[in-house]
Amino acid sequence: MHTRRSEFFDGFKAILPLIAGAIPFGIIYGAIAVTQGLSPAATIAMSLFVFAGAAQFIAAGLIGAGAGAGLIIFTTFIVNLRHILYAASLAPYVRGLPAAWLLPLGFWLTDESYAVAIKRYNADDESGAEPSPYRHWFFIGAAVSMYINWQICTLIGVVAGSTFEDSANWGLDFAMVVTFIGIVVPLVVTRPMLGAVLTAGTVALLLDGLPHKLGLMAAAFAGIAAGYVLETYIAPQWRARQNIRKRLKT
Amino acid sequence: MNEWVLISGMAIVTFSVRYPVLAILGRLDLPPALTRALKYVPAVVLTAIIMPEILLHGGTLDVAPTNPRLIGALVAGVIAWRTRDLLWTIGGGMAAFFAWRLLFG
Repeated sequence: MHTRRSEFFDGFKAILPLIAGAIPFGIIYGAIAVTQGLSPAATIAMSLFVFAGAAQFIAAGLIGAGAGAGLIIFTTFIVNLRHILYAASLAPYVRGLPAAWLLPLGFWLTDESYAVAIKRYNADDESGAEPSPYRHWFFIGAAVSMYINWQICTLIGVVAGSTFEDSANWGLDFAMVVTFIGIVVPLVVTRPMLGAVLTAGTVALLLDGLPHKLGLMAAAFAGIAAGYVLETYIAPQWRARQNIRKRLKT
Repeated sequence: MNEWVLISGMAIVTFSVRYPVLAILGRLDLPPALTRALKYVPAVVLTAIIMPEILLHGGTLDVAPTNPRLIGALVAGVIAWRTRDLLWTIGGGMAAFFAWRLLFG
């Protein structure tokens, strides 16, 4: 039996491994931001009010490079555009919730909370059973845990960055890469999904030089298009060929 | 630069890509073709974020076996594929990455 409380804690438990991966990343952000010249108060405020790891990271780098506020805000917008895709894919599952729910869910939407929430919603769809009426508590449980953790890590990073000037070069940021690998690999269960991922990865490499991380959005759209075309037009042909082979055998 | 102008601006643009679509699209019935396409979002976005981190070094492709990020990613990939366990994936990938950095860094 699902209750509000059990859903909240299940969301917390589901995001724990992702939090483990985000810890080094958050610490690095805090350390880099203060060594690049952002004040400790502003470094913490950015985590509290912007709450977007990749964008905060890039902002810290841009501040160090002497970029102006306008450019940094524009870059933040482009880097965070992917959340529109996340929001679109979650929207059908949160429909009917009041604004008092949608506002915090929107503010706390991250790569990690999205990954955990969409996995839960997809599992509900596949099981076909009547979904729990409290599953938005699962989403918020995951999202709040991520937020609190991000604040703690930022604080640690600010202290570390003020103490050890070279802490930004320790390589801890690689934790984000291996975390995302751990999310993506289990998702690749069909050939269209494999095609989508390979396409997105290749385009991301080819277009990495584009300004403001525009290559990221281009790669995402290319990957989605590849997956959609493979699933809609090519996969039925694969299945037809398989059926013919089966029939020939019998 | 005024830090507080910067943070306010970043907070506004970030919220503007997170909340409105969540609130507005939730009221509409999405066409099945769009739902089918959106299914690819998590895997492709995360892949597009990490591929340049793994393989590009100062803008050029680094596929040498001495690249610690490549080895760390490969080890993480194999662990994720065999175990589907996130913590083992993170631990194993980071261990391989740091070992390679010590050896070749």
